[in-house]
Amino acid sequence: MPNLERRAQPSMVMMFASPVIAAVCMLITGYLLFTLLGKEPLHAFWVFFIKPLTTAYGIGEWLLKATPLILCGLGLAIGFRASVFNIGAEGQLTIGAIAAGGVGLYFNGVNAPWILPLMMLAGIVGGMLWAAIPALLRTRFNTSEILVSLMLVYVAQLLLGFLVQGPWRDPDGFNFPQTKMFTESEMLPLLMEGLRTNISFILALLLVAASWFYSHKMFAGFRMQVSGLAPAAARYAGFSEKRNVWLALLISGGMAGLAGMGEITGPIGQLQPVISPGYGFAAIIVAYVGRLHPLGVLLASLLMSLLYLGGETAQMELGLPSAVTGLFQGLLLFYLLAADIFINFRIKTRKRPLEQAEPVKPALSEELT
Amino acid sequence: MNTAQFIPIFASVVAAATPLAYAAFGELVTERAGILNLGVEGMMLVGAIAGFAVASQTGSLSLGFAAAILAGILLSLIFAVLTLTLQTNQVATGLALTLFGVGLSAFVGRSYVGMSLNGLPKLDIPVLGDIPFVGPLLFHFDIVVYGSLALLFALQWFFGRSYWGLVVRAIGESPASAHAIGYPVIRIRYLSILFGGAMSGLAGAYLSLAITPMWVEGMTAGRGWIALALVVFATWKPMRVLLGAYLFGGVTILQFYGQGMGVHVPSEILSMLPYVVTIFVLVLISRNPKTILLNQPMSLGQSFYPHS
Repeated sequence: MPNLERRAQPSMVMMFASPVIAAVCMLITGYLLFTLLGKEPLHAFWVFFIKPLTTAYGIGEWLLKATPLILCGLGLAIGFRASVFNIGAEGQLTIGAIAAGGVGLYFNGVNAPWILPLMMLAGIVGGMLWAAIPALLRTRFNTSEILVSLMLVYVAQLLLGFLVQGPWRDPDGFNFPQTKMFTESEMLPLLMEGLRTNISFILALLLVAASWFYSHKMFAGFRMQVSGLAPAAARYAGFSEKRNVWLALLISGGMAGLAGMGEITGPIGQLQPVISPGYGFAAIIVAYVGRLHPLGVLLASLLMSLLYLGGETAQMELGLPSAVTGLFQGLLLFYLLAADIFINFRIKTRKRPLEQAEPVKPALSEELT
Repeated sequence: MNTAQFIPIFASVVAAATPLAYAAFGELVTERAGILNLGVEGMMLVGAIAGFAVASQTGSLSLGFAAAILAGILLSLIFAVLTLTLQTNQVATGLALTLFGVGLSAFVGRSYVGMSLNGLPKLDIPVLGDIPFVGPLLFHFDIVVYGSLALLFALQWFFGRSYWGLVVRAIGESPASAHAIGYPVIRIRYLSILFGGAMSGLAGAYLSLAITPMWVEGMTAGRGWIALALVVFATWKPMRVLLGAYLFGGVTILQFYGQGMGVHVPSEILSMLPYVVTIFVLVLISRNPKTILLNQPMSLGQSFYPHS
């Protein structure tokens, strides 16, 4: 890197500017892509990013799709801060949906106010249990949580497929692989008549605050962050690595499970073979683009949710394949990682003698203030 | 089981094992240089669609495979520039590569869904192929299968006997020392990442051009991740990678033959087997921390930038 020099200390400005730069680069690439595909780029932009938000219904859908991303992203961010890489949120989301759905089907038609909270609890516990497998294997057998949590995504999806094709299939469902619809008392209450947004969005906002409190104000959150930034220091201070692994996986698993419960008791209303367009994987991007900070996760979720929504609108109006969403999401993360170099480096403008450089402050003290 | 049943079963085990072997061989070389590339799944998917698209446009399978290798190299080049030149975190960048590959392949593959083409033909080896039992068993595969064996011996020789193989290993153990002695650490890490990309691309194309000659979105179904696990399972040794690949190939095809052999387990449950077995063998191999510590390249996953 001939034209770059290391900054005396990490740039806080770049820390926050980098996601914006990444988003702008993604838009520029999108402009080129739309042009290449023979679409009028400005019109395509309007259809993709603006039109979905011009109606109240559209804004409702935007918040609805952001909800599972916020829930999964918050949990993953807490783990990533501690360098615990749970990349199986998609699987935990699926198991959460299965657990919640199982409770819902068991009490189908009972119509009691306690069913929904019970389903919610089942979803959270289901996600936690699924995440407990990589936690146990990592702490007990030293097995990579990355690979185990990822493998369990496929197992969870196959389990869901088996249940809705077999034992849980709706007998009156014309052989479609799906369960009975959940009843009114098993569905999350809607925020407003005419929109599909439900109270899980409010819940997600509350969890943003709770998650901020946990990771920035509580000693437990501090311990996890030290373990991520300076493992040696954490060991010296006697912070238990095993506890961090367990906490990170249980929290992120529980949140993903809650997201799964929210999907089937919200927009879907039953169990189907596919209940998520990859929210659990998109949440990895959300966590990084959100700088592993709860508020950042909220903003990144809104951006990623808009990509999902825009992809759908563009498919209907412009005949663009909806896979363009995944392409944009991947590009966004690439650009972010590339732009992050300017946090620690700057472009060399003139020759500076080495003596003038400020003394290097440890990055840790910067992070913890 | 008689020979008439055994030969096709063996053939499908080998077919299922071959892409795993290529992808894992590629990742093995990358990891031996100290780089952890979690993007194998994404590179395989892009290789699969690139191979299929070019083969169906040109009608040439060779061009298809070449395109897949090129696509894998290009994708891994992004990874290399980010992690080696821009010093990004390898785990995050690898995940990004997979997510991007999934998106890109789905996007490009839209217009190829539902198409099919003639898959890679089996070689007809004269004389050897005519030997009863052994002929159809061992001498009736396509060229890519034999290529994987050649690659095994090449890697054995490279890491065990060659000068540059030792250099790669030294860089994986301690890039700082290797740099101090004067080896081009960054350049060699670039090359080993690109080799990993090429092999992942080829592995993906074997899926879309040989095993099931068509394109299905997400058709790798986690094989890239299994290949990553295989490298750990094999304790970074080429011979064990191939054995592991055959083991997993066997597990993968169990689901197709399980039903036929009178095992009454729902197909979804049988399909879970490769993933569950992957977790199981990972536990087995990592249970003893020394096994990993003694075999894993010391600098695996850590950034290194030579400060001259």
